[in-house]
Amino acid sequence: MTTAGQDEAPDGANGGSLAGRYYGRGIPYLPIEGYPGKLIAIEGTDGVGRTTQIQLLREWLEVKGYGVVETGWTRSPLMQPTIEIAKSSNTLNKLTFVLLYATDFADRLEKEIIPALKAGFIVLSDRYIFTALARAGVRGIDRSWLRSLYGFAIAPHMVFYLNVDVKTLIGRVLASRGMDFWESGMDLKHGDDIYDSFRAYQNKLLREYASMGDEFNFRTVDARRAVDRIQDELRRQVAAFLEGIEPPPAKPDL
Amino acid sequence: MLNTLTQPHEYPGKLLVVEGIDGSGKTTQLGLLAKWLIAEGHRVFITEWNSSALVKAATKTGKKKNALTPMTFSLLHATDFADRLLYKIIPPLKAGMIVLADRYAFTAFARDVTRGVDRGWLRELYSFAVRPDLSLYFRVPIEVSVDRLMARRIKLKFYEAGMDLGWSANPVESFRLFQGKVLEEYDRLVDEFGLQVIDAAGSITDQQRLVRAVVAPIVNARATEPDMVAVGEDV
Repeated sequence: MTTAGQDEAPDGANGGSLAGRYYGRGIPYLPIEGYPGKLIAIEGTDGVGRTTQIQLLREWLEVKGYGVVETGWTRSPLMQPTIEIAKSSNTLNKLTFVLLYATDFADRLEKEIIPALKAGFIVLSDRYIFTALARAGVRGIDRSWLRSLYGFAIAPHMVFYLNVDVKTLIGRVLASRGMDFWESGMDLKHGDDIYDSFRAYQNKLLREYASMGDEFNFRTVDARRAVDRIQDELRRQVAAFLEGIEPPPAKPDL
Repeated sequence: MLNTLTQPHEYPGKLLVVEGIDGSGKTTQLGLLAKWLIAEGHRVFITEWNSSALVKAATKTGKKKNALTPMTFSLLHATDFADRLLYKIIPPLKAGMIVLADRYAFTAFARDVTRGVDRGWLRELYSFAVRPDLSLYFRVPIEVSVDRLMARRIKLKFYEAGMDLGWSANPVESFRLFQGKVLEEYDRLVDEFGLQVIDAAGSITDQQRLVRAVVAPIVNARATEPDMVAVGEDV
């Protein structure tokens, strides 16, 4: 009963009733009830290995015969230039930033996610609203306001939270691309030292993510393990979920 | 930080807002009000809806490609509003100035709901706004507004005419349909937020006389200059 994924409803639906529906007041002009697609979010802090896991998951799902659409965070053509300007000029207030990201998400939700769900795709989301909630939460934005703001978001069918400790994270980030200004929370002015700032900021972020686990039915996955071990666990849970709802088109011949 | 739109603010300045559809004459009235207040010796700051530089870029991209949905239109304007509130509205209020806002959150409430955005969601979204000391709503019949805009040979803008909703391919007809619905939403707001209704079909001077009559007691009750003693020094 303590292992992640075993205490879920038999059909594996995330929290049962809410999956595939709006969290809050929603978008009145876009009724989404009964859309056949499935939304699966992979969450976790910077450098935890989300993107790698999504690539592997996609490959595996497509081989099984499922249509897959990937979506990310801040990739919408509408807002990308504006967000880049805002990041580089460093003049925007945190509240304005939160709203810019929400605008970006709304654009992606309406133009990518909802059409894909309608058409029956499995949507793999590299980060979801939880990243926005965590980042804004540690920056002191009112948490209940944030939740009503994102009331137009669709509750995913599954949310995998790739969990890691700060020490492991630091090792990985330094070994790959190094620490950047925003991932280190330098805007929070913890100090001039990027290492100290990264550690303090990521610690806060991890606590914030962890605090959302029950609220949003996270399936917490230990991301300190090797890539293929993590992938095995994701596949096992996704397979169990899909079997109960939409089995793959054909059993492999081999 | 939140729920200030429904509670009086504590800044020494005053926030006065004009609302109304295009062609209601609100901007003309705001201009005349500013002239008078300045002549009376008040320090006045004017701010317009949709005017912050950063968001202008995104709105322009969106409009050009006709790519804004009702939700992204709404959120972009909220972003713009937040930017303007924090940089343009609150600082002059803190400095004890009179801030005149040409449109405010009520514009979003009226327009975005007409576009199909959830009414309650919008109220929560804008709960970070400062409650105006006075909100003047220039109410005008749709035909008067259309006649005024036509007389000025103004080309109706795509979103202002609600062309994105596809209710009519004719801009004037679309404007009539869309802004007609917007007027209905404004009427709801009158009671909900205590908007002061001005009959905007009347003459410009009659309206201005009324405007000045309702503004006078508010600005005269204005608090004195903010205390210049350094913050943090206990006396």
